Amino acid sequence: MNNLRQTWQQLQQGMRRDRVFDFIAENRMPFRGQGHMALPGVVDVSHGTLLYLENVSVSFDGFRALNNLTLYIDDGELRCIIGPNGAGKTTMMDVITGKTRPDSGNAFFGQTLDLTRMSETDIANAGIGRKFQKPTVFPRHSAFENLELALQADRRPWHTMRHRLTPTQQLQIEETLHTIGLLAERDRPAALLSHGQKQWLEIGMLLVQNPRLLLVDEPVAGMTHQEMEQTAQLLTHLAGRHSVVVVEHDMDFVRSIARRVTVLHEGSVLAEGTMDEVQNNPRVVEVYLGE
Amino acid sequence: MQKSSFFTTTFRETLLRDRGGAVLLSVLLLLMIFIPLLNLGTGVDNPLHVSTYTVTLLGKYLCFALLALSLDLVWGYCGILSLGHGAFFALGGYAMGMYLMRQIGDRGVYGNAELPDFMVFLNWQELPWYWYGFDHFWFAALMVVLIPGALAFVFGWLAFRSRVTGVYLSIITQALTYALMLAFFRNEMGFGGNNGLTDFKDILGYNLQQDGTRVTLFFLSALLLALCYALSRYLMNAKFGRVIVAIRDAEDRARFIGYRVENYKLWLFTLAAVIAGIAGALYVPQVGIINPGEFSPLNSIELVVWVAVGGRATLYGAVAGAGIINYAKTWFTSILPEVWLFALGALFVIVTLFLPDGLAGLLRRRKTAAPPAAQSQSGEAAA
Amino acid sequence: MKSLHSLSTLLRVILICGVTLGAGTVAADAVPPDPLTETATMLANGDFAAKEAAIERLSAIDDPRVLPMLQAMLAGNLYRNDDGRLLQSTGSDQPVTVTDALSGQQQSDIAGDNLKKISINNKLRGALRSSIAVLSLSHGDAAVRLQAAQDLLERMDDKLVPLLRQQLQTESDTRVRRVLQLALAFGDINANDSQQRLQAIEILADDGQVEARQRLTTLLATGTDGKPLESDAAVLAAARKAVARIDSRAELYGFAETFFFGLSLGSVLLLAAIGLAITFGVMGVINMAHGELMMLGAYTTYVVQLLMPNAIAYSLFVAIPAAFLVSGLTGIAIERGVIRFLYGRPLETLLATFGISLLLQQLVRSVFSPLNRSVATPEWMSGSWQINSMLSITYNRLYILLFALAVFALLVLVLKKTRLGLQVRAVSQNRAMARAMGVRSDWVDALTFGLGSGIAGVAGVALSQLTNVGPNLGQGFIIDSFMVVVFGGVGNLWGTLVGAMTLGVVNKFMEPWSGAVLAKILVLVFIILFIQKRPRGLFPQKGRAVEH
Repeated sequence: MNNLRQTWQQLQQGMRRDRVFDFIAENRMPFRGQGHMALPGVVDVSHGTLLYLENVSVSFDGFRALNNLTLYIDDGELRCIIGPNGAGKTTMMDVITGKTRPDSGNAFFGQTLDLTRMSETDIANAGIGRKFQKPTVFPRHSAFENLELALQADRRPWHTMRHRLTPTQQLQIEETLHTIGLLAERDRPAALLSHGQKQWLEIGMLLVQNPRLLLVDEPVAGMTHQEMEQTAQLLTHLAGRHSVVVVEHDMDFVRSIARRVTVLHEGSVLAEGTMDEVQNNPRVVEVYLGE
Repeated sequence: MQKSSFFTTTFRETLLRDRGGAVLLSVLLLLMIFIPLLNLGTGVDNPLHVSTYTVTLLGKYLCFALLALSLDLVWGYCGILSLGHGAFFALGGYAMGMYLMRQIGDRGVYGNAELPDFMVFLNWQELPWYWYGFDHFWFAALMVVLIPGALAFVFGWLAFRSRVTGVYLSIITQALTYALMLAFFRNEMGFGGNNGLTDFKDILGYNLQQDGTRVTLFFLSALLLALCYALSRYLMNAKFGRVIVAIRDAEDRARFIGYRVENYKLWLFTLAAVIAGIAGALYVPQVGIINPGEFSPLNSIELVVWVAVGGRATLYGAVAGAGIINYAKTWFTSILPEVWLFALGALFVIVTLFLPDGLAGLLRRRKTAAPPAAQSQSGEAAA
Repeated sequence: MKSLHSLSTLLRVILICGVTLGAGTVAADAVPPDPLTETATMLANGDFAAKEAAIERLSAIDDPRVLPMLQAMLAGNLYRNDDGRLLQSTGSDQPVTVTDALSGQQQSDIAGDNLKKISINNKLRGALRSSIAVLSLSHGDAAVRLQAAQDLLERMDDKLVPLLRQQLQTESDTRVRRVLQLALAFGDINANDSQQRLQAIEILADDGQVEARQRLTTLLATGTDGKPLESDAAVLAAARKAVARIDSRAELYGFAETFFFGLSLGSVLLLAAIGLAITFGVMGVINMAHGELMMLGAYTTYVVQLLMPNAIAYSLFVAIPAAFLVSGLTGIAIERGVIRFLYGRPLETLLATFGISLLLQQLVRSVFSPLNRSVATPEWMSGSWQINSMLSITYNRLYILLFALAVFALLVLVLKKTRLGLQVRAVSQNRAMARAMGVRSDWVDALTFGLGSGIAGVAGVALSQLTNVGPNLGQGFIIDSFMVVVFGGVGNLWGTLVGAMTLGVVNKFMEPWSGAVLAKILVLVFIILFIQKRPRGLFPQKGRAVEH
């Protein structure tokens, strides 16, 4: 019986992945309305854990980027991930967002969603947002349009053909533009924004996307000290309503926001705990100083 | 009621913002009014008379413009450089050609009402199954839309799902049209082989040689161009269009914020193929022939230059480019035939090197100190 | 033409009357004629039946003059003059000499004579060939005897059997012996001696040609009751085995031949594709003018042959470096003039180079005319290598296959062992890093492009030996060679080799049951599907780096 259900679920997921006819068939997608899931229970966090990574391994041509990585993220948590270059931080994000398929191991979003079997789009629509290491925005669209595209809404072609912004949505975008300090740049093409402004715009896109889990890769690279503080504030503010995973090199920044820190080394977890605990961990010291 | 007001407001907004489009639609309207008047309403000796030859030539340009418009949708807006777009045009043309062929009835050289001449010539005994239904105009019209659409859908479904992009996609689309050309050259295919389909007599009972029929076909070409332009403009101005451009500029980003990139590409590609098919169907009765040469990769790539010269991602640029280059081609090939390929070849180089935004970009740049020129689309994959 | 013919018929009638009169006078005052002279007269004056009898009698006369006379007759060089004497000419050789067929005296003044050709028909032709072959069998030169034996094999009849057996006893050359045995085996298969029959079957099976197989199958014939007509069980079994052996061998050779054709097509694809593999694989540049660079190579061959019309045999050795230079320099010009402004914009590069391909085509059309130019094939490349009676390979295809492999090996060597190769690989893997290490990447780009283009030119030389040289020569190759590169895996030369050969062989094996055009279409469709399944080809480059 259990087996049958599993098979059925796999089948459904498989079909979901090939949904060419989303265009026509309505309501087959876990579309989420304002802040709430339209199809409740899609992300099952009844055990308080939002993201499960268990024994995940990935290798490229013999190089093990992830080596039996096990990591849990709680619902509403703000987690910082640090580690030297090549520790597997970006690969981990790739696995979570479906860009890279693990050679072995499990990745679950909530209790039920198997990330290793979902497409990038499905994962995004299930509520995982990602900010890339290199700021990636839509260069020819204005800041406003960038946010409009990211705004939580029905993503299917048929809908976007008829979609017009409601006044509430318009307001939401304007507010976000204000939050990220780009109100003045509202109608400028994103290509003309400065590096820091692009970083902020991308964070803004995450905000309006309103995901359950935010993966933020090096958010403060290229930012001034003041901008960094603002970013720290923003991320701390987000935790609670969302789970936030921050990968960062800048230790001062990490210290300013971190509650729990995970240290990755050679593709697996080296240490986990508060910033102080981690800093005093002899193995961490060895790895960092040994380099 | 509410819906119609929604659309009218959208169109009003659209046209106010789209000055190039407004000019284009006005020109088309003028053509639709004056060409029939000047051809049918004036005598041959009247200095204002527009000859039927000219009407047909203009009609041909309009079909090419419609084809260019459809390529601009996929290439200009979505960065999918299809080098086999002419295949959809040719398939639409063949569907219409098959209807016109059946209309000949027993007026062919062999006087066989059951079989087209070329089948009689090849000693075929009966009509192949895939010719069934083409006696009816409605069926042929349906096929004009369905066959290119279905091919584009299947091809796109395979290609986009496997994330075949950039030059790879360009080359396999070229291989597609090349394979189709080889196939249609075969007599066994049952589409007239080398010679294609020709010697058409009438369409829906109207003689194709008559001025009235020619003018009507011209009128329809202009009308469909206007309608397809309006539809494309509407789609590209809608959020749909912004998603499409987003996919062109940063495909991964679009995917990671939850857009099903392959579906967007697939529907756009299919739509473009359907428009190309319609263009082909309008083209065939006006020029009176369709043969496998229409599938030739050279045709498809020439089409790319029309769009490039006019200016990508503007729609009206593609239409203008198609008109200008085809006029130039007619002029050159009648006066200096050898020079034409030199000119065409040079045009490719000049446009890509010096005019990445085409003529439309040139106009825009002159008007405003606008944001910098279009960057490459496919080359810079995000992340 | 026709009137001339009837005129000559009329002349002949008149002449024959005159000659019969003349012959009477000759016979009167002559010494008793020897058999040769007598039969020769029959040959000169008789009708076709008389001539046939004469030929038979001549071949029985042991005289050195007979063979040349028969050969001249077969070649249409035997004449009769007004006196009824037989004269033979040296044929088309300049200057023509005419000799008396019997006396061997050279006839200096024949201008006044009314020479009449001794006419022959098909039946006589056959009889002549047989007689000549029989006479040649005792020739001192083994090659002549072999030819004679082979001729006899084709027109075997029972009357020849004793002669051949006799010849076999004295024959020392093994090749001639084999042919003689084969010729006899056709008859011996129905001999009375069972042992002799089995031997004959063995010989026929060894030969394995269509006629031998046909002859063997007659042994397997069944009567109306479905039982074999042959009563000797051993013979029947041997014949069955022999036919099976011939069939399996024919299959094998057929396979080998198709395989070779496939490799030959593959070698052409390889030559076309390796240049592209460099420019696309290493530099990421799609050069749509690649086919036209091949065309330039082919035209270079044409020009080289124009410049050295008396040394066609060596022309290709001059053409290869020349074509490499012409195409290579053109390639460098294209890279410096256009492509370098378009790096990172692959679609624009594709369009610009397509424009260049149109320019080059039109240029060639204007300079050399749109018509095909014929490029001569040197003597040493024509003809074919007869491996055995069932399998032969044309030299031009064989040499081009070897040439393609050599070019490939050379290229691999250049990329692996030279400094340029090292730099090319460095730039292809990480342009920024290579530049930081002091590699002049723009210089490397130009040279790489020149190398790829030069190889296209060399490929053009090879192509000029296989197809017509015209302005559209290259056009058909761009899709094919791109398919090869993509199929094999971009940036992997070995993949290109395997891809080219695979596609060539697959194409040729599909042709028999689908036809050439359909085979091509199917291969294209296959690759279209293949690319979608494995976008990085058969041998993809791996790792994180290629993802970006």
